[in-house]
Amino acid sequence: MKQAGVLRHAAVRLLGLIPTLLVLITIAFFLIRIAPGGPFDGEKILPPEIRANLDANYHLDEPLLQQYFRYLGQIVTGDFGPSFQYKDWTVNELIARGFPVSATIGGLAMVLAFVLGTLIGTFAALRQNSAIDYSMMGVAMLGISIPNFVVAPLLILGTAVYAGWLPAGGWDWSWQRMVLPVVTLALPVVAYIARLTRGSMIEVLHSNYIRTARAKGLPEWQVIRRHAFKPAILPVISYMGPATAALITGSVVIERIYSIPGLGSYFVQGALNRDYTLVMGVVIFYGIVIIVLNFIVDLLYAWLNPRIRFDEAQ
Amino acid sequence: MNSLFFRSCLLLCCLSALSGCGDGQNDFGGSLGKRSQPVELVLLEDGRPAPEVLAEDQVVYRGNGEEPETLDPHLAQGVPAASILRDLFEGLTAESAAGDLVPGAALRWNISRDARTYTFYLRRDLVWSNGDPLTVDDFVFSLQRAINPVTASSAARTLLPILNAREVLAGELPVEDLGISLLDEFTMQITLTGPTPYFLGLLASPVAFPVHRGNVEEFGDQFSKPGNLVSNGAFVLSKWTPRVSIELERNPRYRDADATLVEKVFYLPTEDRATEVKQFRAGELDWTNEVPNNQFKWLQTHYADELVISPWMGSYFLGFNLTQEPFIDNPSLRMALILSIDRQIITEKVTQFGEMPSFALVPPGIDGYVPFSPEYADWAQEERDHEARRLYEQAGYSEENPLRVEIRYNTSDNHKKIALAVASMWKQTLGVNATLVNEEFRVFMQNREQKVITQIFRAGWISDYNDPYSFLEMFRTGHGRNDYGYANSTFDALLDEVGTERVRARRERLMFEAERMLMSDHVIIPIYTYVTKRLVNPHLRGWQNNVMDHHPTRNMFKLKSREAMSTENNP
Repeated sequence: MKQAGVLRHAAVRLLGLIPTLLVLITIAFFLIRIAPGGPFDGEKILPPEIRANLDANYHLDEPLLQQYFRYLGQIVTGDFGPSFQYKDWTVNELIARGFPVSATIGGLAMVLAFVLGTLIGTFAALRQNSAIDYSMMGVAMLGISIPNFVVAPLLILGTAVYAGWLPAGGWDWSWQRMVLPVVTLALPVVAYIARLTRGSMIEVLHSNYIRTARAKGLPEWQVIRRHAFKPAILPVISYMGPATAALITGSVVIERIYSIPGLGSYFVQGALNRDYTLVMGVVIFYGIVIIVLNFIVDLLYAWLNPRIRFDEAQ
Repeated sequence: MNSLFFRSCLLLCCLSALSGCGDGQNDFGGSLGKRSQPVELVLLEDGRPAPEVLAEDQVVYRGNGEEPETLDPHLAQGVPAASILRDLFEGLTAESAAGDLVPGAALRWNISRDARTYTFYLRRDLVWSNGDPLTVDDFVFSLQRAINPVTASSAARTLLPILNAREVLAGELPVEDLGISLLDEFTMQITLTGPTPYFLGLLASPVAFPVHRGNVEEFGDQFSKPGNLVSNGAFVLSKWTPRVSIELERNPRYRDADATLVEKVFYLPTEDRATEVKQFRAGELDWTNEVPNNQFKWLQTHYADELVISPWMGSYFLGFNLTQEPFIDNPSLRMALILSIDRQIITEKVTQFGEMPSFALVPPGIDGYVPFSPEYADWAQEERDHEARRLYEQAGYSEENPLRVEIRYNTSDNHKKIALAVASMWKQTLGVNATLVNEEFRVFMQNREQKVITQIFRAGWISDYNDPYSFLEMFRTGHGRNDYGYANSTFDALLDEVGTERVRARRERLMFEAERMLMSDHVIIPIYTYVTKRLVNPHLRGWQNNVMDHHPTRNMFKLKSREAMSTENNP
């Protein structure tokens, strides 16, 4: 019964993806074209003959609606087209090269943030209102408040320029080049997760079933591990869906500062250069990632929280 | 209590962050103290460096700014791509380390009396990097490809001086009708629409580079990928990971391969200038694309040997929109605004990078051209201010009735600082109330072009080729980049004359007249001449400063460090 409910729920959610994406594509397609200037407008003006050739080459001379349906027909086949800016590469190639980098850094940062964050949060909750609690939450607040464009240059200066332990920037899939970006990305998330965990852990520890567990003589760590942990991280899980999506799709700040070839910069560069195909490709890709991750969070939620069951809604 | 604690922590952290990266006055030693020094350069009789002073590893790491948009020489436009392409390919003409025009694939050339027909005599022993012979056929094919409307190249505008290029681009004539003909296997002729003294320089730019026909026909739009690309320059493409690095290796089949000392060049994209400097300091780069504007003083103190600043072929100026109030038919007001800017303060205190204060349009250093210099260029600033106040009042403004004006610029720290300085100088000297408006680049360019809401706007020009015409051309009536709304038929007539004049001295005289006319019509507010600024590893030699800022790697080599030399001598 429960299995069937989950499957039905999954099917409905996946079908719901199509209209959502269609709306997303339509809005993005027309928005980027409403923005002033086109992909070939620069400081140096093009002779009209050349401009006409470029427009014809990229079908920009067609009516907007025709371009829209041409684009829809093209992406149904999974082809995002050639990038206007990076002429030697297709948008598919750029995403295929950028996403693994962003996903690796973002994924590692999320794992690090989850482990550290929940540990710190639980620890602080157990010693609520003590000096340790205050100092941990103080540090966490700092982690949230200091933007990563401040943290990143400081880390580079300390570990690369002065100490020479790690490279200052660049990318080659070695762990040395991953350390700084992963840490920088994880820091604010660690802090956020720690605060979320602490808050909900304190609440859970005051509930009746925890009192029962303690009353039957379980040692404290068992109480936490077997009874308190799962319900306490529920708010963390719902935060992690969108947070993971944000992390694995790349951060333009981190990518610029550490010279990492991730997805985030393509989004910003694409928008600034009016690289229509690149922006559209990345937007659609983002949309899919966020929808899928939210879906996974829903499933995790049901698994963790006995009060939520999909079949009950029917 | 709680929040007080957080706040003080935050404050402490901010303070330490500021002192750490703001101007970085405090050094912790680290790699700074241990920087190695190169040995003295010893040259052989033929001018080449002696082998014993050369470092063992001739590998160069160059910071290159943004990711190049393409390595197809006929489609590439940006500076990052052009730097790499000049290493990969060689046109009929080329540039020396000092930026002078030298024979490239062509051994020599003749120019006809009417200055419209160029005959090129190709070197006879040229081969592509795959061993195929390189002949004039390749050049004819390549120039036709660059201009062919099917190629849809925006760089093709560089080749517009060639006879019929415009008609071919418009699809009115077939590519075969281009003014290019083949005399024999090693001789070709290019016919131009009019005399174009800078044409030989244009042939050294990427859009005029040859591409391997078989290569293009076999791989189509994938021909510029590593493994596919066949080239004729000093280097060949060995690896390209987008936004990570582009790796070139020495081409043993290059005509002058013996003189190419660098074995490998890495072009690394460096989008963030601050990171680029850190990569340089950590020893990961030999050559930076730029340096951040706000770090000049610090770099000058700590990296005096590495910091290289040199004049560039570009002018920074502000423009007036002459089609809208308050600037229509108001030369005294425009002149007052031009005069009351202290350019010395802007270059010394605001931009700080040794830019040269400028009073005209064309920057100095262009092939024999002496730029126009107005009378007030030699005045003291007090005299200029005095005259400015007089003109300001003459235009009908005063303390009670001040001018209100907008200065518009595209989002950038540098533009903002300059606009702010200009606004406060106007306020101080004349009492003008100027407001700053910043816009995203393309929005800004569109507003400039429409000439409706702009009043004073950020302008400037960095030329693609070594000729003043590049600067003057955009002030022609109706030119696509004439965002000033300047319309002067005498000026246009002068430019027409420049286009047909074949005597060099007379042509320069005409351009000088045009520049003088433009400056006395007060169309722009000159601010400074651009400079290039970068950090270069002192071991890296062989390159020279030049106004075009072109630095092919084939001229470069790396010196041994003193430490390496002394361990060799005392093993």
